[in-house]
Amino acid sequence: MEDVKIKIRRSEPALSSEWRYEEYSVPVVEGMVVLDAVHYIQNNIDPTLAVRWNCKAARCGSCSAEIDGKPKLMCKTRLDSLGSKITINPIKAYPVVKDLVTDVSQNYEIAKKIPPFTPKQGLQEPWKFMQIDVTRSKEFRTCIECFLCQDVCHVIREHQSNYYGPKHVVKIAALDLHPIDSIDRSELMHHDGGLGYCDITKCCQNVCPEEIRITDNAIIPEKERIVDHAYDPIGVLIKKIKKRKW
Amino acid sequence: MPAKTEYVTLKTDVLIIGAGGAGLRAAIAATEAGSSVIIASKSLLGKAHTVMAEGGIAAALGNVDPQDNWKVHFTDTYVEGVYLSNWRMVELLAKEAPDRVYELERFGALFDRTPDGKIMQRPFGAHTYRRLCYTGDKTGLELIRTLQDKVAHSPARILDEFVVTKIISVNGKVAGAFGISMRDGTFKLIECKSLIIATGGLGRLFKVTSNSWEGTGDGLALAYRAGAVLNDMEMIQFHPTGMIWPPAVRGLLVTEGVRGEGGLLYNKDNERFMLRYSPKKKELDARDVVARAIYQEIIEGRGSEHGGVYLDITHRGAKYIKEKLPSMYMQYKEFSDIDITKERMEVAPTVHYHMGGIRVEPDTGSTNIIGLYAAGEASSGLHGANRLGGNSLTDLLVFGKIVGASAASFAKNSNQIKFDESAVREEIDRILSFTDNSGTNPYQLIDTLRESMSKNVGILRNEKDLTKALDTIKSLIPKIKGIGVKGGLRFNPGLLACLELNNLILSAELVVRGALERKESRGAHARTDFPMRKDDVWRKNIIFTYNDGKNDMSFVEVPELPDHLKELGKEV
Ligand SMILES: Cc1cc2nc3c(=O)[nH]c(=O)nc-3n(C[C@H](O)[C@H](O)[C@H](O)COP(=O)(O)OP(=O)(O)OC[C@H]3O[C@@H](n4cnc5c(N)ncnc54)[C@H](O)[C@@H]3O)c2cc1C
Ligand code: SF4
Ligand code: SF4
Ligand code: FES
Repeated sequence: MEDVKIKIRRSEPALSSEWRYEEYSVPVVEGMVVLDAVHYIQNNIDPTLAVRWNCKAARCGSCSAEIDGKPKLMCKTRLDSLGSKITINPIKAYPVVKDLVTDVSQNYEIAKKIPPFTPKQGLQEPWKFMQIDVTRSKEFRTCIECFLCQDVCHVIREHQSNYYGPKHVVKIAALDLHPIDSIDRSELMHHDGGLGYCDITKCCQNVCPEEIRITDNAIIPEKERIVDHAYDPIGVLIKKIKKRKW
Repeated sequence: MPAKTEYVTLKTDVLIIGAGGAGLRAAIAATEAGSSVIIASKSLLGKAHTVMAEGGIAAALGNVDPQDNWKVHFTDTYVEGVYLSNWRMVELLAKEAPDRVYELERFGALFDRTPDGKIMQRPFGAHTYRRLCYTGDKTGLELIRTLQDKVAHSPARILDEFVVTKIISVNGKVAGAFGISMRDGTFKLIECKSLIIATGGLGRLFKVTSNSWEGTGDGLALAYRAGAVLNDMEMIQFHPTGMIWPPAVRGLLVTEGVRGEGGLLYNKDNERFMLRYSPKKKELDARDVVARAIYQEIIEGRGSEHGGVYLDITHRGAKYIKEKLPSMYMQYKEFSDIDITKERMEVAPTVHYHMGGIRVEPDTGSTNIIGLYAAGEASSGLHGANRLGGNSLTDLLVFGKIVGASAASFAKNSNQIKFDESAVREEIDRILSFTDNSGTNPYQLIDTLRESMSKNVGILRNEKDLTKALDTIKSLIPKIKGIGVKGGLRFNPGLLACLELNNLILSAELVVRGALERKESRGAHARTDFPMRKDDVWRKNIIFTYNDGKNDMSFVEVPELPDHLKELGKEV
């Protein structure tokens, strides 16, 4: 098989504002994914090349990057799905730490603000509930926190609002749909969480490696539960179209 | 820019190294007991190896098979561990598992249900009854997210992407730990009253493994150098079913849940060969048995196209498979272009789990070093010579909680141990010595090591191959002095590789020396030159202690079963 040429954006902003693309030539093995190629470079050409990864099995959501401009998991993107020249950039929504690694810590700060699972009181234990109720919440529980949805959301990229971002709406949906949970987080999501800024472009939904239907199944229902319509013109619109009563 | 040799000092009651299931569960217990807690993890919070766990968590709830109870769980675990386990650890596991699972549910985990709304349980290898509670094939993710949320809303402080490189101990007492914060490239000293090691396993010693990059045996090496005793190092579990094709994904796990849900194994002649090796338990026998059977089929020429065997679940139908095994469906579709609802998978054994590790006292998780504790895969004694599927996640919750509580209670009644700053200075010098441009590339040495371990320390072992592995290790030891990379301290994978290589080599040496010494076959340790189990000589743990630069090996008898468990631990 032919070698592929891989161009990677290299930088270390804490040391210098400069950045450069470096190109590497990587021999291809059958079934190889982009992360394998990055590892090849690390192991054989430049051990200082920084990349975040853990599982190489599309389970942990560490290895997000923009591959030929598209936000993807490096360990889930096969080289044979790409051309012979590939460009890898770090995801754009967050500050770069070094090379392909970005600082996603603000997501952990947001996570602290979301009230945790709070069970209904007085239920007989062990709890009983039906599989169908589990299934409804389960879609959102497959989130691997890769932050790719955050990366493509124009609201997050523009950094000008308080919007938590789609990943966190997914989290809220997972909690709110737990059959034993007793609190409603939509008020928080609309006020502090800035859900009103989302104009349902569905970009997030299209990149989710877990195929969570973020906009359709988490964001839109959340908007429909709107408490204060002044915050969410889109929410109002959805409601009007669906002709639902307040 | 600050001088590279500067460091920041943090203080805490309890320091936990590792944010997998064991570390997080311990953190919850320790904060609940009122201790201040720091959790250090070399990966990002929520990404730890545990997140990959698929099949489920074992607990004798008896929801599907009402006959199940802790006693049967005890027997299964103890007997399949081939009488090498510490009975007290097995007893605690079996008895406390149901409470820990229901507690996890109260923390917010959502398990799949039975038709009448209870937690569903699936069959798994060598568990007598259907015992594994699960969330599809993403049980580890559910467990980690639940604990992660709980910790995020607790006072525990998280230092993630922080690599601990040294544990500081003085006269057999723990005083703190030192390491590098990868994100900002700074050194940190963490002073603590007690310290819990929850760093997971060492699968990365091998070329073909299901383990994440974190599994480099760091915690074992750190504890050992600080004086802790290591136990059963030779006991390495091969999971029977790893992916084999294409080469780039070799080793990736195919959950035992596939067989739990009815998957059958065939050789190239379409023979369901497990009927021959294990007429009673068939595909669902213990992992060591199934792994050896598959290996035997392969080496005797009855393997599949790419050198594995076939695993077939197609008879379950597309809807069922996608519901119960969504990750497996995705994994084969994405990586192999195979639709497992229509086609057979090709699988072969892969290095999966380390039963060996830090020797602990069952009721507290304490080690021989005062103030030092261990839990989870990094600890040893529970699983004996073979771990049952699902028992690891249970281990994390049961012993994570125990260890968190006991480390907190120890911290409450102790003072910070004082130590000389030279310990820190030496460590800084050691780390900086790897950032010298002129060194050899650590990755080449790691490759050599992993290649040799996979080739020579496999499913079937013998003196000749093990000696070859030991020779490789010995030839690498002088070379690690000369390794180095360019670049600084911030997110420098090459530097990390240098640090890990030191731990890998040490772990490898102890694994191989243990394997050479154990001249019998027991559980996961199978010697072709000593094919029989020898209870009269070998119902012993091989233990290692670090003594002035020497690795001393000695033996400890496995404790006899007490009267109340005698019946339960009988050979069947
Ligand atoms: C693919 C797969 C599927 C599995 N499925 C199951 C299953 O279904 N059921 C089951 O019971 N078991 C299963 N297992 C086994 C089980 O997942 C592991 O044994 C278990 O998760 C180990 O957890 P732990 O908390 O001990 O450590 P880990 O989850 O391995 O976490 C180790 C932590 O230590 C940190 N660390 C390591 N070294 C350092 C250092 N030097 N400095 C700082 N931090 C460090 C890591 O970053 C990480 O946070 C599976 C394993 C794999 C690989
Ligand atoms: S649908 Fe909303 S959250 Fe998703 S990308 Fe568009 S604006 Fe962002
Ligand atoms: S919702 Fe999907 S894209 Fe967003 S973080 Fe979770 S897994 Fe990633
Ligand atoms: S490395 Fe875990 S998702 Fe890619």
